[in-house]
Amino acid sequence: MSFLELKNITKVYPNGTKAINETSLNIEYGEFMVFVGPSGCGKSTLLRMIAGLEDITEGEIDLDGKTINKIDPSERDVAMVFQNYALYPHMNVYKNLSYGLKNRGESKENIDNKVKEVAELLEIKEYLQRKPAQLSGGQRQRVAMGRAIVRNPKVFLFDEPLSNLDAKLRGQVRIEIKKLQQSMNVTSVFVTHDQVEAMTLGDRLAVINNGVIEQLGTPIEVYEKPASKFVGEFIGSPQMNFVNGAINNNNFESSSFKLNKDLNIDNASVVLGFRAEDLNLKEEGEISLTIDIIEKLGSDSIIYGRDKDGQSICYKESGNTKLEVGEIINISLDVDAVHIFDEKTGKRLN
Amino acid sequence: MVVPIWIIFASSTHDNGTILSQGMQWGLGDQFIENYDRVLNQKGGFSQEITASSMLINSFIMAFGIATLTVLTSLMSAYTIVYFRFKLAVPIFWIIFLTLLVPLELRIMPSYQVVSNLGLVNTYTGLILPLSASAIATFFFRQFYKSVPDELLEAAKLDGANSWKFFIDFLVPLSKTMIAAMFIFMFVYGYSQYLWPLIMTTDEKYWTVVMGMKIIFQESYEGGNLPRVAERFAYIILSMIPPILVVVFLQRWFIKGLIQTEK
Repeated sequence: MSFLELKNITKVYPNGTKAINETSLNIEYGEFMVFVGPSGCGKSTLLRMIAGLEDITEGEIDLDGKTINKIDPSERDVAMVFQNYALYPHMNVYKNLSYGLKNRGESKENIDNKVKEVAELLEIKEYLQRKPAQLSGGQRQRVAMGRAIVRNPKVFLFDEPLSNLDAKLRGQVRIEIKKLQQSMNVTSVFVTHDQVEAMTLGDRLAVINNGVIEQLGTPIEVYEKPASKFVGEFIGSPQMNFVNGAINNNNFESSSFKLNKDLNIDNASVVLGFRAEDLNLKEEGEISLTIDIIEKLGSDSIIYGRDKDGQSICYKESGNTKLEVGEIINISLDVDAVHIFDEKTGKRLN
Repeated sequence: MVVPIWIIFASSTHDNGTILSQGMQWGLGDQFIENYDRVLNQKGGFSQEITASSMLINSFIMAFGIATLTVLTSLMSAYTIVYFRFKLAVPIFWIIFLTLLVPLELRIMPSYQVVSNLGLVNTYTGLILPLSASAIATFFFRQFYKSVPDELLEAAKLDGANSWKFFIDFLVPLSKTMIAAMFIFMFVYGYSQYLWPLIMTTDEKYWTVVMGMKIIFQESYEGGNLPRVAERFAYIILSMIPPILVVVFLQRWFIKGLIQTEK
């Protein structure tokens, strides 16, 4: 039995919208699970159901062997970090951290010790007497984390906690969260729409789309073997390239090029997916590309172009490229790294 | 605004003869202590038993009661309307809002009927209760509560705050400045009531300052004495003090709230 189990969870809002459809998921003790998906896919709803902030229409959530469907949020032993932190504006940092403990009826010394300990851990000791309005974004983030940690919960829930930070800070805090989670070994669920966060933080990812989990797996599994076109499109930057075509006699054929590889798939209309880094510049390459835009990132260059059919394709080269806009290049595709998706269902075929 | 008040104050320190022969005074006179002492402590009225100080106290009790009760009831009704999403919340809110269109003066007869049936004529309760529910204040707090982010409530829920605790620990402290503003507003409203106390009180013991303004020191017209203008000016000055005190006292909260944005 897993530590946190979601069994056939369905959520229907009063207005009839189905946010989550019969989703099941097991999260192991100490695991860092990331829910990733576009906005409105239901990932936050799922998290809020675990927290108890949203009623569960159907299904069951078990935490540590106990069904928590009907248990009050404060008694579920979960702690949540909110997107906008939701710090208590009229209380100073110390009170923000201690409020939950106070409500649990813990003794003063006990509270004091715990708050001090967490403040030490998160390096927010100097700010204990300040109010949230007097803190910077990063400091507020720490306080919000502290408020979750101080309660020593069974599960941490993060609802896009990094999206209010600037890019540099986001990277830092991301690493801190990961470190903290590893050192405390607390089961965590992290919701994000940012695939970089998802890839870097998660032990496993649940890619959610339209209220169902499209794929569940480690970041590398999800990256290397996306279960559907949606997952391939969503995970990875730059976005995966897609070319429509058909399987004929086990070979992929599009109107502009042909792949020489035995794919062992029945004849069908398919979408071929391949990542920008699986393309190589080669004289005899099967795809010819007219370059539209070049993005030089320093470490890599990303080249956007069109093939003969006008299908846009993006190709990634490491280092600073010598190519120029308007040039026509030939590239070849690493045939072992291609993903074939059914055109209609979007499901992976190979 | 300052000049008329100053003239009244200056005049209130002269004796009646000076004012009657020379008009209102710009400079200070020498009758300050005598005039104010007479106003505060001389018994007057029909029964010769009430003093200005007792009326000041009555007015203060009435205004304070109205302000406190109004703030309390509107805080709580706004909380109910915004956070407990029961079916009738919206219609109830609009019914409360509609009472704005029916001021006390318009419903004074039925109000009196109700209060007198309850046996509350000539009591502080009767003076305070009918005036202590305010649609404006309810509306005011409702708008504020609506702007409080939902996450705050959710975070509080996870921290184990029930609805009562959320109200006391969050909404009340967050609306401190508004409570101060509403309190001042309602205090002045209650303090300046004239018609309602006039109808409600037949016992002079419950007279308020505003009523007294018309009645006090009137006996002079009947006798051969000079009209007691100086004392009446002194009385006016005294009647201004309680609202000023309330404003001065609550202003600290007010300014504190302006400097520190709490939200």
